[in-house]
Amino acid sequence: MRIALFATCIVDAMYPRTARATVSILERLGHEVVFPPGQACCGQMHVNSGYFAEALPVVANHVKAFDTDDYDVAVAPSGSCVASVKHQHQLVARRCGDGALEARAAVVGARTYELSQLLTDVLGVTDAAGQLGSHFPHKVTYHPSCHGMRLLHLGDRQLNLLATVGGIELVELPEADACCGFGGTFSLKNADVSSAMMEDKAANICGTGAELCTGGDASCLMHIGGGLSRQGSEVGTLHFAEILASTLENPVTAAGNVQLAGARR
Amino acid sequence: MSNTFLGMPTLPVFGRGNLNATEPFPQAAHRELGNAQLRANLGHATHTIRDKRLKVVAELPDWEDMRDAGSAIKNATMAQLPALLEQFEANFTARGGTIHWARDAQEANEIATALIRETGETEVVKVKSMATQEIGLNEYLEGQGISALETDLAELIVQLDHDKPSHILVPAIHKNRSQIREIFLREMEDVDPALGNEPARLAETARRHLRKKFLSAKVAVSGANFGLADTGTLAVVESEGNGRMCLTLPETLITVMGIEKLLPSWSDLEVFMQLLPRSSTGERMNPYTSLWTGTTPGDGPQNVHLVLLDNGRTAALADEMGRTALNCIRCSACMNVCPVYERTGGHAYGSTYPGPIGAILSPLMTGIKSEENNSLPYASSLCGACFDACPVKINIPEILVHLRGEDVDSKRAKAKVPTQTDLLMKGAEWAFSAGSRLNLLEKGLPAGRLAAGRAKVIKKLPGIGGKWTQSRDIPAPPSQSFRQWWAKEHGAPNAAAPGTTGEGTISEGGRP
Amino acid sequence: MSAREEILDRIKSALRDSPAVPQIPRNYRRETDKTAEQRLGQLVDRLEDYKANVFVVPAAGAPARLAELLAGCASIVVPHGLDPQLLSALPRTGTGDAGTLAVAVDSPERPLTVAALDAVDAVVTGAAVAVSETGTIMLDGGPSQGRRIISLVPDRHVCVLRAADIVEVLPEAMARLEATAPQTWISGPSATSDIELERVEGVHGPRTLDVLILT
Repeated sequence: MRIALFATCIVDAMYPRTARATVSILERLGHEVVFPPGQACCGQMHVNSGYFAEALPVVANHVKAFDTDDYDVAVAPSGSCVASVKHQHQLVARRCGDGALEARAAVVGARTYELSQLLTDVLGVTDAAGQLGSHFPHKVTYHPSCHGMRLLHLGDRQLNLLATVGGIELVELPEADACCGFGGTFSLKNADVSSAMMEDKAANICGTGAELCTGGDASCLMHIGGGLSRQGSEVGTLHFAEILASTLENPVTAAGNVQLAGARR
Repeated sequence: MSNTFLGMPTLPVFGRGNLNATEPFPQAAHRELGNAQLRANLGHATHTIRDKRLKVVAELPDWEDMRDAGSAIKNATMAQLPALLEQFEANFTARGGTIHWARDAQEANEIATALIRETGETEVVKVKSMATQEIGLNEYLEGQGISALETDLAELIVQLDHDKPSHILVPAIHKNRSQIREIFLREMEDVDPALGNEPARLAETARRHLRKKFLSAKVAVSGANFGLADTGTLAVVESEGNGRMCLTLPETLITVMGIEKLLPSWSDLEVFMQLLPRSSTGERMNPYTSLWTGTTPGDGPQNVHLVLLDNGRTAALADEMGRTALNCIRCSACMNVCPVYERTGGHAYGSTYPGPIGAILSPLMTGIKSEENNSLPYASSLCGACFDACPVKINIPEILVHLRGEDVDSKRAKAKVPTQTDLLMKGAEWAFSAGSRLNLLEKGLPAGRLAAGRAKVIKKLPGIGGKWTQSRDIPAPPSQSFRQWWAKEHGAPNAAAPGTTGEGTISEGGRP
Repeated sequence: MSAREEILDRIKSALRDSPAVPQIPRNYRRETDKTAEQRLGQLVDRLEDYKANVFVVPAAGAPARLAELLAGCASIVVPHGLDPQLLSALPRTGTGDAGTLAVAVDSPERPLTVAALDAVDAVVTGAAVAVSETGTIMLDGGPSQGRRIISLVPDRHVCVLRAADIVEVLPEAMARLEATAPQTWISGPSATSDIELERVEGVHGPRTLDVLILT
């Protein structure tokens, strides 16, 4: 299968490891990955902040980049950005009165999958250790991001994949379904409430004794990780794609800027 | 009874009364967040109710079918509202009730006052009602020399404490049992100083306090949960029996109900009386529901009035994207699951309607241009918990975003100096509307990495970014973006062949 | 223009896009096939969950059971249409002997005063129908149930329900009721969740609810 990667702006610019892990996973399954070079951002920051006029060129750019016959399905390592592509793009086009864009956006949206959705529903991955060689001998807790959970109805797809990673010890996160408080520009416009939500999330994570918290959205993980870092916590955050990409031979190590607590083995 | 509108479209007429914030939400939230007792009380109460709701909702195999029906019934109601209102009026009037129409809060208050004056009474008992809270009836009556006694336990607590409700179902949710005990000791006569803080003892104290009032009341004021158009029937849903007391014992009953509370038919109530109790108090059914249609000879009040209230509801109805907010049945499930409400409480929203539904309903009723209410649509992380919990499936996040758009557009029209957010959005529009532009910008990543220093962490950002770094670090950016790495690995775009991505190279760059 | 005309005009103007009137999908349960025994069991479970006292007796044993239940009472009120047979085992009234019970009958023609109702120990009424799934008993003002006030003011409500009148789901019960009759739906004794959202039974309505179910 020829799979188009939508890296998402935040992963492209801040967390390239996550996109590279996604490529690695898909290639291990024998699929071809392409990167439509015109892509930039899904535009949800604009939409969710009420800047519909400014969102329109961003949405149009995404549709233009992905409205090709050059791939079978598109994938992004983000529930939030995929939800935006699937639901918001048509809304923006409609609101701005661009019927042609609305129709094309619907086509692109229907072909776009969140990573765990693609792996589970399309590519038939049920055993990460067996099928991907995933190995990650760490104590991990998992935060299900809101848009994946409530807009895409991902259910336990990410968690189920993680559970089949070799060596992993998954611990349940209390109040896992509570929002971490990121919310895009909400974190700036209502910084106090956002911080209060993040602090509760961080406390729940630390209470599990996990070495790190994983999830499916780099933005939420940046928010949670940024809070943990500010609190001086040893606990870090890591996208689940990187855990799936980690193998016995090539383990994801502490090469990043946050040390894995107790990562030595 | 046609819905066809032949006249000139009128401009929306916005609502007044207790619908406005008195300060921007972030400012109010900042203050409320500082109240540790409040946060503890709210955390305890909202978690209790969430668990209860989930348990009783899970019991029903057809919960989602019921939500679908409830949502469709309310949409059908709004689409036929003029005809249904006229039908309701005809049926209620035929059975001895009297209907009054109120364009706004002021008119509703004047009607209620005149009706009370006709009875010669200067004291009325009240059933908890959001509509009368919205129009500020108690305060208005006080100015006219009429005292209104709240009889719902939580409303009584709030009234005794000279406070404001902070929740539409449990107005005193921000108070814990010890605080309530103190209020009773301070404000009620004849309370035993040895009164404990057990909820059962406190409820008993309220019973003793109100009993004589109930038994001698001549006039009651209520709201209504539902009005059934095809029969002219009104319904009040309650728990304590204070509602039954008010609806049954007095000679005169004055009900104030928003025009959106109608349901087309009696049989539609079978849906809502399953959705409402489970969504609100997390009970299979509330202890008491009273239904009345005009008057019944020999049973209950014989002087029965209904005030049908607009007060901005038609303005909300005129907003095609926002009108489903009127489908709200005031269950409060959205606020009980909201992570923002849980931390700020209801007072931060200013309006009678707090929480997620209030963040859309208040600005829809007052207009987004209404000064302080334009901060309400931003009081959400858009996590979507409210939409999931809503028994009539109001897509609150979508309406929040729509109203943010209305706010941005209305400010844009004023052509002021662009805000930092405006500039951020403009810049991002440029950068995000072509891959080549984002690539250009990403060439600056190494500089950012350098700026982060040896700790590889950014602890302070300038301008609006400082709002982020008030509590969160930002990791040092990677030395190259993904697209730069991809271009190097694959040469020309899309020239990749399977298996060419080097294993073990993914560890370079920042971790979230 | 009157307020009425103006509001109706505003609504019509707001709806100038002529939104469609959707079909109502009624895929929820409107009737069920639980057996009478299952419905009875479910109702008892729900009522007890609400802290009501429930007694299931054969119809023939009802008078004796009712007399037993009211043993501690000095006075009760009943609606004029309550089956007199139900009261046949009560100690003779008006004799002034210890252990006797004063039975006041409330009727539209001879309604009791609020003060009189407040002074009695209990009220005994019938019921129109009950919903087992929600534990709800419905009174519709029929002769065996009386005016709404009589089941409200006394502090104890003894409700006599025929097992044949138990249905499982709300739609089944509502189909048996006349919408315009003055109704009270009762699910347990009065209660409040207003303090920390913890349910406490017993506020303004009857603090004790006894349900006598006749099989």
